[in-house]
Amino acid sequence: MGSTINTPVGTTETLVLNMGPQHPSTHGVLRLVLELDGETVVRARPEIGYLHTGIEKNCEALTYSQAITLTDRIDYLAPLSNNLGYCLAVEKLLGLEVPKRAQYIRVLLTELTRIASHLVWLGTHAHELGAMSVFLYCFREREEIMKIFEYVSGQRMMTSYFRIGGLALEPPPGWLEMVDRFVRIFPARMQEYEDLLTENRIWQMRTKGVGHLRADDAIALGVTGPTLRGSGVAYDVRKAFPYSSYEEFDFRVCTRPEGDCYARYLVRLDEMRESLNIIRQVLERNLHEGPFRAEAPGVIPPSREKMKTEMEALIYHFKIFTEGFSPPPGEVYQTIESPRGELGVYVASDGSPRPFRVHFRAPSFVNLQALPRLVEGRLLADVVACIGTIDIVLGEVDR
Amino acid sequence: MTLFEAYPLLLVALVKTGILLFLALTAVAYLSWFERKVVGHIQSRLGPYRVGPHGLLQPLADGLKFLFKEGVEPQGADRLVYYLAPFLALSLALSGLAVIPFGPAEIEIFGVRTTLAVAEVELGLLFLFAITALGVYGVALAGWASNSKYALMGGLRSSAQMISYEISLTLSVIGVVLLAGSFNLREIVAAQQGYWFGAVPRWFLLPQLVGFLCYFTSAIAETNRAPFDLPEAETELVAGFHTEYSSFQFAMFFMAEYTAMVIASCLATLLFLGGWESPLPTTGAFAWTVYLPTVVLGGGGALLLVDALRHHRGFARGVLALLGALLGGAAWAVAQPMILPLVQGPFWFLTKVFLLLFVYVWVRGTLPRFRYDKLMAFGWKVLLPVATLNALVTALVVLLRESGGLAGVLR
Repeated sequence: MGSTINTPVGTTETLVLNMGPQHPSTHGVLRLVLELDGETVVRARPEIGYLHTGIEKNCEALTYSQAITLTDRIDYLAPLSNNLGYCLAVEKLLGLEVPKRAQYIRVLLTELTRIASHLVWLGTHAHELGAMSVFLYCFREREEIMKIFEYVSGQRMMTSYFRIGGLALEPPPGWLEMVDRFVRIFPARMQEYEDLLTENRIWQMRTKGVGHLRADDAIALGVTGPTLRGSGVAYDVRKAFPYSSYEEFDFRVCTRPEGDCYARYLVRLDEMRESLNIIRQVLERNLHEGPFRAEAPGVIPPSREKMKTEMEALIYHFKIFTEGFSPPPGEVYQTIESPRGELGVYVASDGSPRPFRVHFRAPSFVNLQALPRLVEGRLLADVVACIGTIDIVLGEVDR
Repeated sequence: MTLFEAYPLLLVALVKTGILLFLALTAVAYLSWFERKVVGHIQSRLGPYRVGPHGLLQPLADGLKFLFKEGVEPQGADRLVYYLAPFLALSLALSGLAVIPFGPAEIEIFGVRTTLAVAEVELGLLFLFAITALGVYGVALAGWASNSKYALMGGLRSSAQMISYEISLTLSVIGVVLLAGSFNLREIVAAQQGYWFGAVPRWFLLPQLVGFLCYFTSAIAETNRAPFDLPEAETELVAGFHTEYSSFQFAMFFMAEYTAMVIASCLATLLFLGGWESPLPTTGAFAWTVYLPTVVLGGGGALLLVDALRHHRGFARGVLALLGALLGGAAWAVAQPMILPLVQGPFWFLTKVFLLLFVYVWVRGTLPRFRYDKLMAFGWKVLLPVATLNALVTALVVLLRESGGLAGVLR
């Protein structure tokens, strides 16, 4: 990883092609150095670092609450998943119990995030293989989800809606109806994508048997998420290490044994259906009553009313927003299932109001390691299909 | 005595070339508008709508933009070839249009009677194939001269693709040539005159359905259009052979591609869809169909006028009203007894070409792209055998028919 390919000038039959960092289908600024023999890829080396934002280091300069806004920007297609991972980690550090209602709403919104993220994946992947219309259909449905996010949190993408101990705000009235409407229309829309792709001969030709990843290879490379499940390994953090009350919901871990691009495509489609299934179950719970964040004086901002009537609450409010809160010294590691795979958040505290170290185990970064394995020996056109199905977000790869 | 007095046909040819070039380039420009609109609506969006009403002035704006952009020449490019390639691509594509007859009628320009084609070539079909086959030079040279890896790979891909599909393209029309017994485009159309059972047109579409499907598929590949648009596969090779081209040189490639599309559709119309023959008999119960051009033009004009009332900006209103009035005037003109028979041919011809162009766009909005190796496999292992088989079966049938059955052949 990271070493460029050097071939002696004028002595080889191969051609070194720089794919990216500016290229229509490298999902941002991935640079791929390819050694080609005709159209066949002999070697492939991903070069990363073009979107390094220093988010992990920046977290050390902010208070625990302030750092949430940075997590949105790691995997910018699934901001709420990052929020959730980080908040769960800090809550673990504090030993904080989040009210059930907030947990359910978190589940609902992260599953919506999963659908939105998979929609972007499907759209871009299909576009890269030449099916232009699917891209716009996917973005049409994603827009509905973005509207829900905007209505609930005030922001379409960088929501920062999950806060330590619960949610940022009481969700506005009528938002559940919006979710309900989406849940009702979405299955028919998914059928539209499937009509265009699943049985399409050209689509199958482009994805079946392409980018094969064996299960043991996938495990050895640390690949997680739909990319791993497409190789037949039924590993899902939501089942293996449930968090945020996922154990209360009934859902399937979608797998396919084939391990090719088509399998990964089907897994993600199935996952969208399962997410919808989870959302339906959440909607049956009581989401209208109950606190939307935990009671923890000194850590979680008190309600407006308390602040105006209680001296202590006023002091805590002031302290939380000026210097922040100080968790006990120690370190925690929390994993969640982000749309891309296992997102791990490591937070170390030295007892000060700012984290000593924050690290994200980014699934995109790890999954990208599998790319050379997928494309070497295959055709140039398959590179595009493979980048598409491992579904990387460069913001997350470089952080 | 001037040159034109000595050679009156030269003047006629020049006038016709001028008119055809103007019409063809306008058509090509508006084809891009049409494609963007149709694909836009397929994808549940609007397409261009900012420049002029319904984006009707978009092609004009695009053309101006291309003219004023700086043409960048990559370092290390082969200058002569680099500038020659787009010129070659466009001029070859346009010269193909010269031999296409747009209608049967003769018209009179400056006292000279002439036909609705720039050139009447006895072997029109062969000439067309020869010219379109040369089109590969523009692409291959552009890819080579750009001194860019993406362009080189795009150029290689498309040379291979165009040459491969050229073969099935040619083989797929052998059936038609055998049935018509001629390479002359007018004679091929003449062979499709008449109706079966008094209502089903005797087009070669039915007896040569396999040939038509082979032809249209190969034509899509030959013109580098989706789903065979590998040479310019945006998401793999950036822009393929024209990656390095900008400004009007890019526009020339663009126009060449669209002209190739038009030619392929014209040829399909002439060979399989009866050219300018009406799909309905113009006698008896269907005699009213001679007024269809009037109805279509008048209806279009009326729609535009109604639409003009819906627009609020004066400019948009003016443009729409003007276009509506022009179409209305044209509708009136084509209903005149003197012109009526003249427009029948071109009307049906252009309608069929337009439908085929719509299919081109429709396919682009629906299908994913082939992969390079699969494309070659499809061309050589599926299309070529099918086209060959079709030609052989047709030859056998023609032989049997002409020699009066099996006994005649054996004798």
